[in-house]
Amino acid sequence: MENFRDFERDLGEMREYYSQGKTKEASWRKSQLKGLLTLLKEKEGDILNALKQDLGKHQVETFRDEIGTLIKTLNLALESLREWMSGRKAKLPRIALLTSAEIVPEPLGLVLIISSWNFPFGLSLEPMIGALAAGNTVVLKPSELAPASASLLATALSTYLDNKAVKVIQGGPSVGEQLLQQRWDKIFFTGSARVGRIVMSAAVKHLTPITLELGGKCPAVLDYLSSSWDIKVAVKRIVYGKYGCCAGQACIAIDYILVEKKFTRTVVELMKSMIKEMFGENPKESHSIARIINKQHLLRLKNLLKDPHVDASTVYGGSVDEDNLFIEPTILVDPPLQAEIMTDEIFGPLLPIITLEKIEDSIQFINSKPKALAIYCFTKNKTLQRRMISETSSGSVTFNDTIIQVCYHMQLIPSHLEELLEVDLVGTMESSHLTHSAMRKPLQGEVSLLNFGLDFLHGTITSFNSWLLLSISIILD
Amino acid sequence: MNISMELLRDFSSVGAGASRAFSYPFTRKTKQRQLSFAYLIRTSYSFKSCSATLSLTAEVEEKPKFDVDNAALLAGELRKSFNSGRTTNYEWRMSQLKSIEKMLEEKENDITEALYKDLSKPGLEAFVAEISQVKSSCKLALKELSRWMIPEKVKTSLTTYPSSAEIVSEPLGVVLVISTWNFPFLLSLDPVIGAISAGNAVVLKPSEISPATSLLLSNLVEEYLDKSAIRVVEGSVDETTALLEQKWDKILYTGSAKVGRIVMAAAAKHLTPVILELGGKCPAVVDSNINLQVAVRRIIYGKWACNNGQACIGVDYIITTKDFAPKLIDALRYELEQFFGKDPMESKDISRIVSSSHFARLAMLMDDDLVSDKIVLGGQRDANQLKIAPTILLDVPEDAQIMQEEIFGPLMPILTVEKLEDSFKIIQSKPKPLAAYLFTNDEQLKKNFVQNISSGGMLINDTIIHVATDGLPFGGVGESGMGSYHGKFSFDAFSHKKAVLYRSFDADASIRYPPYTTQKQRLLKAVINGDIVSIILALIGW
Repeated sequence: MENFRDFERDLGEMREYYSQGKTKEASWRKSQLKGLLTLLKEKEGDILNALKQDLGKHQVETFRDEIGTLIKTLNLALESLREWMSGRKAKLPRIALLTSAEIVPEPLGLVLIISSWNFPFGLSLEPMIGALAAGNTVVLKPSELAPASASLLATALSTYLDNKAVKVIQGGPSVGEQLLQQRWDKIFFTGSARVGRIVMSAAVKHLTPITLELGGKCPAVLDYLSSSWDIKVAVKRIVYGKYGCCAGQACIAIDYILVEKKFTRTVVELMKSMIKEMFGENPKESHSIARIINKQHLLRLKNLLKDPHVDASTVYGGSVDEDNLFIEPTILVDPPLQAEIMTDEIFGPLLPIITLEKIEDSIQFINSKPKALAIYCFTKNKTLQRRMISETSSGSVTFNDTIIQVCYHMQLIPSHLEELLEVDLVGTMESSHLTHSAMRKPLQGEVSLLNFGLDFLHGTITSFNSWLLLSISIILD
Repeated sequence: MNISMELLRDFSSVGAGASRAFSYPFTRKTKQRQLSFAYLIRTSYSFKSCSATLSLTAEVEEKPKFDVDNAALLAGELRKSFNSGRTTNYEWRMSQLKSIEKMLEEKENDITEALYKDLSKPGLEAFVAEISQVKSSCKLALKELSRWMIPEKVKTSLTTYPSSAEIVSEPLGVVLVISTWNFPFLLSLDPVIGAISAGNAVVLKPSEISPATSLLLSNLVEEYLDKSAIRVVEGSVDETTALLEQKWDKILYTGSAKVGRIVMAAAAKHLTPVILELGGKCPAVVDSNINLQVAVRRIIYGKWACNNGQACIGVDYIITTKDFAPKLIDALRYELEQFFGKDPMESKDISRIVSSSHFARLAMLMDDDLVSDKIVLGGQRDANQLKIAPTILLDVPEDAQIMQEEIFGPLMPILTVEKLEDSFKIIQSKPKPLAAYLFTNDEQLKKNFVQNISSGGMLINDTIIHVATDGLPFGGVGESGMGSYHGKFSFDAFSHKKAVLYRSFDADASIRYPPYTTQKQRLLKAVINGDIVSIILALIGW
């Protein structure tokens, strides 16, 4: 644990290094990004182990959710860096003769990234990629609740990156507090709303712009689907989006589901069989579901089930293994709405199903709660889709899938480049995307078969991978 | 002495005379129609002050005050209005914008008059700096809104095929705009236009230090705009505090860094995002290889013709070379006379200092021992009329108060350096300003300036007008603020950019689901790594 004086000295040195201008150079930024790529390749085994240790995550889950997404982001950043760094011409009124204007992205300086324990690599490195690509010096404070990952980050980053510009400071809340007292040019925080408020209040002192990636109760609305294939896929995606994603301990994991009463039984049966199919008869043995991070959270989750009404609504699972920090996939139908399980973010493998008379009531239900980070809606009903977008508010909305909006990241066109560098101050439970691409070519959404052929010809790794992935999945299915 | 303009009520010194900010009585209609609470009603009030401690006691003749309960009711009412969907449709937004346009046409005289009352702002300056800016902002929104409201299509990679994605701009909800006194009309309505165009309900709290404009805004908004969604709350510290206790979906604050912190701290409780438009010491670096006459005119325009230096983007101080300084000062002297006549104190073309407290503050900056002998031009002052002549000081020491805080007045220090590159260090040693100006024809110097000086905005070879460019965002960095607006950036500032992804049930890639077989694992890895050989090997089950 570092002490106060050390922080101040270290930060002073980092600011000095920044003022020398090295980090502004494109070559430096590229070298850091490449360094991260090398880190991910060479330390892959160690990363998989660390996550196994901290969270009992299966290798494939780790690779898919953390390493894989980081590699994709790095490739995107390396490819787009030049474009992101260049100024953008601004439109001028015709009366302005002999004048030119541009918006120039410049690094903020020294930024602090505070990450969370559930995706310790992803949530540390994804913002760091943005910070480095933008030319900043970075201090990372990983979560102490995932100690193996934190210490791996500390050693790996100091080996692979410029350690005059990137430092990892490990520790718990007291270290976090001390860090928040320092002067930063930006703070990027991932975690709970409660701590988010603490971070924002601390940022007031130096008028530090902040980005807060918080959470919320992310609902999944499951409309009646006529095709049995569709229902199967929907339930598969829901099950994976809950239990297969750090055992539900993810800000964008499905928190609860909304279904029409008449459809509920089908859904529950299908979910039970899907859980068995994905995680085996004995999920604890299959090691395909992550553990609960620590005793405190396990007890918290156990408590959610304690309420007799909640307990009575459990239709599947419910067993808690305190010694192994394991809770089996649990489904509940219509727990009382005032119970904690329906008022607080669950962050665990407990899935309440709330039944409604008609699916349109889901909109009102969702609006009665604070804005969520993500809303998932499984429906083919275009009207419901439109209403879901315009009548609810959330960080994002995904139709007919879960999680994928961040794991396989989209290349978004921000409205102005500054989103990479400036304030994305986030309101309660809302979020901005972690990474943005500043590709300014106007682009179409739906990818046609023609494009897919052309992309293959272009042979960029991303699309090549994707094409293969698609064809492989077709083969496998 | 550090007087926060927003937080101290103005006070009149004992025995004062003529035109002053608070020297005329307010009368306002009591509004008790369909609302469950009364607006703040003020009639005349006077202050007793103790000059020693600068404390003051207000003798307000008035009841219903706007307290926390009133604020909560107001916020609740607007939220209900917003939740009803009233403000989100295109027609409502356009109707409000059109009403603002109409208001600007019909009430231009009233606006100019209020600005003159508050600041002795010359009519032409009021028109150019405030009214025309609001007009053009409104026009732009009217013209572009339909385009701004269209969701942005986004490219999706084949990884998520088949899928389509877009970014939807949705209103944040109920927002609070707190504006300031120096451009009281512009800095109130410009953000409000942004908030309306983005489909929000808005509460505007104008500055009490410009009371005529504050009152006018309150009346105009009531007359022209939709009361159920757009409101003005007049008042000062108490009212602002009451408003800040509420939960807003966004707050845009224009003013000082000190109060900016108070606003942000209050916002932190509700995790409300904020835009803070603050200030700073905006430097102008002047090279010698320029068209001196044009440069000097533009500098004067960006200082004394711009609310008499009381502007967040006004030129705060100049840095030039030792050799060039005398020429620069001569040119300034000459052009100042052209602009404001032989006796600038008599000129009708220059705004006065807004209040006695600011006058006192500026007087103290001038009387500081470290600088009082550095005045090379001007220095005249008239406390009764709240006028200070354009004043230039040469080579003031860095530690003088005038170089430690934002001047916000007609005092212009000129610092001299050996070579112009040395100016960079001086600027970098201070907090990042809202704007930085450079006058030069040297391309390399321009490049270096842009690369090495960090500021909210920058203008080469002119001053202040960069904020009139819709295509450029207006905002600060570091101490000068966070967030930005103007043009489409206003629309974006008050919108939530919602990410929407549409997926299909077809072609479901099971590779991402458990059970995690070894084959899937190898395949997934191979695919992400793009290694063809491994992919093939994995496929054939090697």
